[in-house]
Amino acid sequence: MRKFKEFIIEKMILFCGLASIFFVVLIFLFLLKEGLAVFKTVSPFQFIFGKNWYPISEPAQLGILPLILGSLLVTLGAVIISIPIGVACAVYIAEVAPLKIKEILKTGIELLASIPSVVLGFIGMVTLVPWVKSIFKLPTGLTALSGSIMLAFMAMPTIVSIAEDALYSVPKSYKEGALALGATHWQTIWRVMLPAASSGILAAVMLGIGRVVGETMAVMMITGNAAVIPHTILQPVRTLTATIAAEMGEAVAGSEHFFALFAIGIVLFIISLAVNVTADLFLHKKK
Amino acid sequence: MARIMMDSRKTEKIVFFFLFLATLLIVAPVGMIIVIIIQKGLPAINWQFLSDIPRQGMRAGGIFPAIVGTVYLVLGAIAFALPIGLLAAIYLSEYARDNLLNRLIKLAIVNLAGVPSVVYGLFGLALFVVFFKFGASILSGSLTLGIMILPIIITTSREALESVPYSFREVSLSLGASKWQTIRSVVLPNAIPGILTGTILGLSRAAGETAPILFTVAAFYLPQLPKSIFDQAMALPYHLYVISTQVPNVDEKIRYATALVLLTLVLFMNLVAIIIRYQFRKKKKW
Repeated sequence: MRKFKEFIIEKMILFCGLASIFFVVLIFLFLLKEGLAVFKTVSPFQFIFGKNWYPISEPAQLGILPLILGSLLVTLGAVIISIPIGVACAVYIAEVAPLKIKEILKTGIELLASIPSVVLGFIGMVTLVPWVKSIFKLPTGLTALSGSIMLAFMAMPTIVSIAEDALYSVPKSYKEGALALGATHWQTIWRVMLPAASSGILAAVMLGIGRVVGETMAVMMITGNAAVIPHTILQPVRTLTATIAAEMGEAVAGSEHFFALFAIGIVLFIISLAVNVTADLFLHKKK
Repeated sequence: MARIMMDSRKTEKIVFFFLFLATLLIVAPVGMIIVIIIQKGLPAINWQFLSDIPRQGMRAGGIFPAIVGTVYLVLGAIAFALPIGLLAAIYLSEYARDNLLNRLIKLAIVNLAGVPSVVYGLFGLALFVVFFKFGASILSGSLTLGIMILPIIITTSREALESVPYSFREVSLSLGASKWQTIRSVVLPNAIPGILTGTILGLSRAAGETAPILFTVAAFYLPQLPKSIFDQAMALPYHLYVISTQVPNVDEKIRYATALVLLTLVLFMNLVAIIIRYQFRKKKKW
């Protein structure tokens, strides 16, 4: 009897062990189920490279190029801001900061990771957006730049913590060897530690990008949501994620618009899959 | 030679100063954000705000239904995710061998953690709301949030289980206990603080997310409490989104106060998790 009970429990454990694979596949299947229907009316090429997103006009124009470019622009801005600052912060915490300060800094960054994105979006609306508006003398502060700054900030916890881990996992002997040869602490970090940790840092950057591309609420609240092809970073844009969040509420289930939003979901899912698998490869290369 | 040494020492000082500045640039705004929200939100918080329904098109009154909705959603999510996540963690730490399947599971967890939150919303809409016909309801929202926090629970629980020394298991097995008995009475009790930390972090994540509940449960305005798990509900993060972007002329104070309640809830849970982890590390005898 006990054997039987344990048999059941162990089967359940195995079953739950496989749950993550099951859910990833299930998410993809259900996105495909609803999203592929849009390709009955638009070709995949038109969908991705179409320059007009007018989902409710007659006939609907479902080109997501403006949204892709919007996401790309905001992401690019965020990456340019967050990589140098994030990696510098990781180096400071891992190598330079005194032990006591280190704990405080790590807690601070952990707290940042836990602030809900809607709260950051709200704070961005009342602080960052007016600043951007007055500094650049724009008609509105709801721009790609505001989004980039906020997203850079939101990607920090990911970049810092993973880059920090990468620095910790550099063998101590490397560092000791360099110091013993008379290199200063900084020379050791710059010439020895950073190159040795490079694949982990690359993974940190990749995962940071993944976080930025997928972020929804804060971006929707501060980028202005104009679905047009952006020309400068000081212009309102709309990202892929914000489009889904803003329009799904009004899309009628089973309509073309509804399917198109799911198709955007497929695009996002594939991007996040690619980012995470690549980052994982970098993380495992190290070992 | 001595000059080169002097120069590189000087460079080091300058560089370290810049590294410090970069760190400050990240950490200082965190403090600032928290201080601003407390400063501007606290004056509007009183018993009525916490216990009354929203009134006058959400421009007055309180946020009680949103608090209740968030509590229901979070509890539902954890009721779904904790059993599955814990068993999955047990599988990974105690049963899995180092093979392709194990590698695939780990990759799936990483990917699940990386799926954009709004895509979870789409998935919940397609599977729970439309396919299972649960409608926009607490059930749909909880399940969606539950799947979203699964990776957090699995990863932290697995770390907790793996940190229990191997010798503990060997002693138990050598005394004739079966594998499951060993897990249940030796490994699990020693991993409880870690599992608790993961659970609280999962709760806090579920409480703060907006995008997954947009189309699966959230009601724009619903001045009554949900009666069953098939009802729609208001939720704090969505309410904050609504009053800060969708409703014009809401008093700033109400927005800040709502943000403060949400932030307090989430940060409190995180603080508890950090303290549990800290205490656990300090007490750990192995």
